[in-house]
Amino acid sequence: MTSPSPAAWFRRALPTRRRAIAAAVVVVLLAAAVTWAVWPQGPGVRTESAMLTVRSGPSGDQPVNLDTTLYLPDDASSGRKVPAVLLAHGFGGTKESVRSDAEEFAGRGYAVLTWTARGFGRSGGEIHLDNPDYEVRDAERLLDWLAARPEVRTDAAGDPKVGVVGGSYGGGLALLLAAQDRRVDAIVPMITWNDLSRAFLPESTGGAPTEGVFKKGWAGLFFGGGGNVGSGPAGLSGATAAQPQGAPASAGPPSPGPGAGPGTGPGGAPAGAADPSCGRFAADVCAAYLRIATTGRADQAAVDLLRRSSPAGVLDRIKAPTLLVQGEADTLFPLGEADANARGIAATGTPVRVAWFTGGHDGGSGPRSDSDRVKFLTVQWLDHYVKGEGDAPGDDFTWSRIAGFDALDRGLVATGFRRADYPGLTGNARREVTVAGPAQPIANPPNGNPAAISSIPFAGGLASLLDGVAGDVPGQHAQFESTPLTEAVDVAGAPTVSLRAASPTGEAVLFVKLYDVDPDGAATLPNGLVAPIRLTGLPQQVQDARPVTVTLPGIVRRVEAGHRLRLVVATSDQAYTTPAAPTVYTVAADGAVSLPTVSGEPIPTAATIWRWVLAGLLAAIVIGLVVVVALVRRRHRRQDRSVHPEYADTPLAVRALRKEYADGFVAVSNVDFEVHPGQVVGLLGPNGAGKTTTLRVLMGLTQPTAGEIYVFGRRLVPGSPVLSRIGALVEGPGFLPHLSGLDNLKAYWRATGRPWEDAQFDAALEIAGLGDSVHRRIKNYSHGMRQRLAIAQAMLGLPELLVLDEPTDGLDPPQIAEMRRVLQRYATDGRAVLVSSHLLAEVEQTCTHAVVVNKGRIVASGPVEEIVGESPSVLFDVTDPVAARAVLDRLHGVRVLPESDGQLVVDTNGTARSEVVAELVRAGIGVDRVVPRRRLEDAFLALVGENSRGSGDR
Amino acid sequence: MVVTDAGEARGYRPSATMPFVAEFRRQASRRRTQLALGFMVLLPLIILIAFQFDSGGDDDNGRNEFASLVELATSGGLNFTLFSIFVSASFLLVVVVALFCGDTVASEASWGSLRYLLAIPVPRARLLTVKLVVALAYSALALLLLAGTALLAGTLRYGWSPLRSTVAAELEPTEGLLRLLAVLGYLAVVLLVVAGLAFLLSVITDAALGAVGGAVLLWILSSILDQITALGALRDFLPTHFSTAWLGLLSTPVQTDDVVRGCISAISYATLFWGLAFWRFTRKDITS
Repeated sequence: MTSPSPAAWFRRALPTRRRAIAAAVVVVLLAAAVTWAVWPQGPGVRTESAMLTVRSGPSGDQPVNLDTTLYLPDDASSGRKVPAVLLAHGFGGTKESVRSDAEEFAGRGYAVLTWTARGFGRSGGEIHLDNPDYEVRDAERLLDWLAARPEVRTDAAGDPKVGVVGGSYGGGLALLLAAQDRRVDAIVPMITWNDLSRAFLPESTGGAPTEGVFKKGWAGLFFGGGGNVGSGPAGLSGATAAQPQGAPASAGPPSPGPGAGPGTGPGGAPAGAADPSCGRFAADVCAAYLRIATTGRADQAAVDLLRRSSPAGVLDRIKAPTLLVQGEADTLFPLGEADANARGIAATGTPVRVAWFTGGHDGGSGPRSDSDRVKFLTVQWLDHYVKGEGDAPGDDFTWSRIAGFDALDRGLVATGFRRADYPGLTGNARREVTVAGPAQPIANPPNGNPAAISSIPFAGGLASLLDGVAGDVPGQHAQFESTPLTEAVDVAGAPTVSLRAASPTGEAVLFVKLYDVDPDGAATLPNGLVAPIRLTGLPQQVQDARPVTVTLPGIVRRVEAGHRLRLVVATSDQAYTTPAAPTVYTVAADGAVSLPTVSGEPIPTAATIWRWVLAGLLAAIVIGLVVVVALVRRRHRRQDRSVHPEYADTPLAVRALRKEYADGFVAVSNVDFEVHPGQVVGLLGPNGAGKTTTLRVLMGLTQPTAGEIYVFGRRLVPGSPVLSRIGALVEGPGFLPHLSGLDNLKAYWRATGRPWEDAQFDAALEIAGLGDSVHRRIKNYSHGMRQRLAIAQAMLGLPELLVLDEPTDGLDPPQIAEMRRVLQRYATDGRAVLVSSHLLAEVEQTCTHAVVVNKGRIVASGPVEEIVGESPSVLFDVTDPVAARAVLDRLHGVRVLPESDGQLVVDTNGTARSEVVAELVRAGIGVDRVVPRRRLEDAFLALVGENSRGSGDR
Repeated sequence: MVVTDAGEARGYRPSATMPFVAEFRRQASRRRTQLALGFMVLLPLIILIAFQFDSGGDDDNGRNEFASLVELATSGGLNFTLFSIFVSASFLLVVVVALFCGDTVASEASWGSLRYLLAIPVPRARLLTVKLVVALAYSALALLLLAGTALLAGTLRYGWSPLRSTVAAELEPTEGLLRLLAVLGYLAVVLLVVAGLAFLLSVITDAALGAVGGAVLLWILSSILDQITALGALRDFLPTHFSTAWLGLLSTPVQTDDVVRGCISAISYATLFWGLAFWRFTRKDITS
């Protein structure tokens, strides 16, 4: 095998090559998966940053520098124009806050213009709160600039195809810009306001903003965020509170309210701002804030200023199709703001679509399913109304509800719903729940301290969902509770409740909240939302008071059966300014809380698909199993059951057996022999001659490369039933070490599934001759004991063919002698024994027939006597070996085999022994002994050659 | 000896070889089976005793919402059971399942008894089927023993109280028991991945330790990779990614999304591994 033929090389290479192919496929698949996971999505995007100078202000002549970045798809050019998106950031942010969203839109084929609004970051100017003369006019100039870009598609000269997208401050800008400039083709305002004065000065019985209760928590954050001198919105920068949306905001573009919070901008310093109390705020805005924050009340001038920055008055001028996205976890701009916008815009026939999600200024972008939905809706809206692709999105309403915690990533899980028409905040049905309780006196703390906590701006929805932050101060709140609900209620909208209050001063500021109380008593204030009210003209006594109807902020919540509703009326709230003077009010709740409900169908999520996938998978496995079993049965039925007539009564016939291992080593190249009834056949050969491999094939442990084995005429393949007629000991004993010898035999017989009485344990145990040791554990057995037990196991059931591999290994001489007798006795009654051995004496003394194998081939076979009789050699013991050798060499045909110790082993090669002796004597050489070599050893050596190395060393 | 027409010895039927009961007894006689099952009974009792040493200290066991499982463990039998499952699911049960499924074929190969079973002859597919079913039965038995002992001991010690957790409303004992059974069921499905992997290794190698250890190591590797969020969506394909999804079964309403995906993942992997095991074993040369 030193020079393998090409064919052999190919055969050997085949398995490795197949393995290599499989490995290559796996590597390629893995690489593809990794690439797919990390490859930047969408086509490439290029950016151009520029500081643009635009002219705005009431007369359009005040220049201001705006820090801009234009994101263009790589393939956009004057020949291939693309639609545009104007992407506005939130309050306190910069153009960088919306970069990931911009890249996403650009990747979808839009030219995206982002800019830092005036008064923030490196842009110049002062903050006018989306004033139509300033921020909105800036944006108009940006539209002009976009229309002049050669890459941007236009409707007409100077009129770009453009959609405006933004959250919070940016959303307000989108609405105001669409109202002021007809060139806008579609807008997607998110988590934004309708009336800024109402948002900061809410009054939930329908009072004007001048009567509103000042939302000081949020207002302070914003003023601080925009007001710090010199460092831009540095008031909160660096603090964790300055990252209101937290990580989720950047998770799914376009996340609502990107950078909605203050203080994320770089500290590019505009030099001019000098007033430390106003920072970069315009003087009128600053003055209004200072007045409101000082008194807690807004004068008409301040309200007018805020109204000017509000879409409320100009909704009828918005003609661009509008997608309104509003957050449920938003104590700054609750659902009511979007509701007012939706009604105002839809009144003129402009297409409007509303979506609620579980995030907001408090809740960030919400769970993954929500940000995905918002993203999908936004892209769908822009694609249709700006790019002109896809069907009209329709105006169905989608919303979602927090369903619980995600067990895997510990986030929140929301369930989405949809409904054909937008029901507003009043729901499409109502459910009245009676709350009861006596009229209660409650104290207004001086200067609003200590105050109840309902929400903490930017604390996130998590806190308010858990028992978290909500807490009321004893003595400062009245509570009215319902009985446990008999069935769950899906609240979606603004609940209303009727209250009566009395105050010694005739006035009262109260905070109305609706808690969900579980059977354990844990109360949850949905999203930390409260309804502040300012009542005037109150009587001294509560029984004289007239009921007022309070509309609570819109919520989406499922109140489970068994839960109770608790209406709480508190005198203070940390987020609001309350009257400084201590007073004691009396409040009473009359009748029922009216809960709006909305019926909708759940939006099918991937979960439904996964369920089908699971069902499909199970079905596929079952079908696959059935098919495999059927195929196996079929093959089994088709199995060759014919009996080879020639070998029908032959226990074993091996024909042209060849076994080549995967590495190309040929263990058995061509072996033919038969074992007939009554024979004890010895398979004799040096170590590695192929004996064990032959036996392995014979036991069905190994597949032969070529050739057949017949057992009683039946073709033997691995697992052939006819194997049950063979008892075997191959490659040493194999027992369960923790069981006794007897238990091992029993366990083995049990595994055969054959009748117990057929085993003939007694006969087998007698052969093993272990005595009481059969009850000891195998692990304590000596090698010889195991060997004897293994032979006994092979003889269980008295199989017709007994195959023993090196049976005398480990036995002492008396046991070997006994074993010989046993084997010879066994080969009666039509049974046969095949013994493999490398011990010549053993074969010679035990076997009736011998098969000599060497290097994977049969070198001789037949009756032992025959093989031995063929031996042509004679051993001469002579006085002078050297002379004798010379004499013998002269004799024609006689050959002297090398042998030591002064003896000569001579191959007479047909020359008569007498003649050889006579020749030696004639030469004067004394012959002491002449011994015909009848021993098998000679035959063995003669047949296999003198090379003592086993064929395994080939 | 009387021989039937099909050529086999009298009384031999391929489908009667290696009866399930015989294999079950064969495994039951092994010390490792007895020790593993015994430990499943012992563990809840050890935890129970450990809780008796509770000094009432206020140390924080973690910040996630499910850390409360530890604090609530002594609030009732159901909670105690849940805690016992919680602490053993991530490693102990993995090792036990890997032991039962990884050791079963490889140990026969290392003893040398595998070739005698095949020479009976036990059809190879039948041998694997019986081995697999019995190994899975022992794995299930271990799981049930753990949960059963914990439930019994916990109920005797802490009473039959509703199932509590901070993520969901209190669950009535009967409802809680159902949830607990669902958790056990899901855990059993997730552990099929370990069972599949260990069984495949058991067929490939002759070293029982290699099969068991290999399966556990790969499981740990997958858990580590799952911690690396940078892998993104690739993590969904890790066999351990959904291994803690059973926590979602405790919330109200029950979150089944990840449970379903976890089932898909586990069943796919298990089928793949078992398929490979059968494919390999029915073709390979037994050289041990």
